[in-house]
Amino acid sequence: MEVYRFNPLVTILVPLGALFLQAFLPRHFHFFFLFDLPLLVVIFFSVARRSQVAGLLTGSLIGLLQDALTHQPIGMYGIAKTVVGYGASSLGAKLDIENVGARFLVTLFFYAVHEVVYFAVARGLVKLTLEWSWGHEIGGALLNAATAAILFTLLDRLKQRA
Amino acid sequence: MSRYRNVTFLVAILFVQVLGLAVQVKRSGAGEHTRVIRLWTVSAVSPLEKALLWFQNGVGNIWSNYVYLRGVRQENRDLKFEIERLRLEQVRLSDDAQQARRLQALLGFRETYIAKTVAAQVIGTSGSEQSRSIYIDKGTSAGVDKDMAVITADGLVGKVLRAFGSTSQVLLINDQSSGVGVILDKTRLQGVIKGTAAGEVILEKVMTDEQVSPGDRIVTSGGDQIFPKGITVGTVMKVSPGADLFLNIRVKPSASLSRLEEVLVITKKEDRPPSVADSNSVRAVDILTQRLPSVPDKPAADAAPAPEATKPAAAAPKPQGQAAVNSPAGPSTGQGGVKPATSPTAVPPKKASPTAKPAASAPAPGGSQPASSQPTTGDQPH
Repeated sequence: MEVYRFNPLVTILVPLGALFLQAFLPRHFHFFFLFDLPLLVVIFFSVARRSQVAGLLTGSLIGLLQDALTHQPIGMYGIAKTVVGYGASSLGAKLDIENVGARFLVTLFFYAVHEVVYFAVARGLVKLTLEWSWGHEIGGALLNAATAAILFTLLDRLKQRA
Repeated sequence: MSRYRNVTFLVAILFVQVLGLAVQVKRSGAGEHTRVIRLWTVSAVSPLEKALLWFQNGVGNIWSNYVYLRGVRQENRDLKFEIERLRLEQVRLSDDAQQARRLQALLGFRETYIAKTVAAQVIGTSGSEQSRSIYIDKGTSAGVDKDMAVITADGLVGKVLRAFGSTSQVLLINDQSSGVGVILDKTRLQGVIKGTAAGEVILEKVMTDEQVSPGDRIVTSGGDQIFPKGITVGTVMKVSPGADLFLNIRVKPSASLSRLEEVLVITKKEDRPPSVADSNSVRAVDILTQRLPSVPDKPAADAAPAPEATKPAAAAPKPQGQAAVNSPAGPSTGQGGVKPATSPTAVPPKKASPTAKPAASAPAPGGSQPASSQPTTGDQPH
């Protein structure tokens, strides 16, 4: 299996771009709250690099930055995305996830993992009263998985063979 | 060996984050301990947001001001009719307002006046449904500070949660950590407006034996010392018996919280007794209108008011709070916020000159009650 690396500029600008769009687009399109672009970026980088340490660091950094834009305590998205980064890179190290179908399923799975961890942290540690809505979560998972299938194809162009 | 190293690393990173969370949750005012991280992130994201918004506004202005002018004549005719109708209504309301102020002055009430506001544009959101907050393009450099009320022409939006140099984070009233002291306009019942996890707005602490019906207007009570009294918050949507002894009341916010574009931050409030001359208040909608990009800034000397407006000015002195809002020397004018208004303040309440802008008996932002001259209930002086 091939291991990929990324230009440092891409490593910085793509997550920042995802964070920017995540904060900017819901102002115009309220439904955009259903998307989690930083999560998709974490999954993409983690799977492509196939390194667990790189994956969890990518996840924690992007998650912490996402936390910093909210008014909640910093660390909730950080923890959830650290787990996703670690999991995605572990999976990437064992399986070749290059085709659209596999990417769709992997994103679907990790979206669910992310939401479960986030809710557990929010309720268990921060004592936030969040409502779990199956319809909302399934809709969000399908939407993000479909977006990932397209977005990952675009981001593939930024990959460099290690 | 390598596998264990990675797992150890994962556990260590998670442990540090859990520890950090615990510290933030335990300490009060957790936001201040993470201020640097938040500042860095906001500083990285907000310039892009501002740049895109600037570009978007530029294109939008070219389109709406020069290209797309279809139906403007008809709209102009309709608006002229509407102005005539409103002028007649204004004369009637100004009489009532004058009378109310005279009574308040006699009884020695004190009122909270909106003395200064800063207009700001919404540049972004938190990006998360669990955090219902927005970012605006004004910060401490424009006089915006923590815990300042944020409104629109339609009603209350929220309060400033964090103020950075040129950006501020505003907590919306539909966030579950938000709370606003309110009063039902008709029955004068007090309660607390809170957000829910689903982003709805509910009215709490109203007993089941009280009379509340859908359509009742809700305004701020001023009791929380953050939001000035009398700002429209919303209307009652649904009333049902709730847990314990309280009603379950769902509220429709007056301001469209998911489609905010421009807001006003109340940067200064004043507590003083009402005076009969205080009938020339400025409405939030007027301030926003004055801030239209197509209207250029004029220095005070150049902004010569219309003859109809200047003459009565001597007879009707400008009220203090009003002066602070409209004064060209006021801080808000230099921040792209409130521009110097000339004619509205100079028109006496009963004058309905065709050239003068209606300003007397100005209602509250988005509402029919005066914002800066709210009739306070006698038992709650500010």
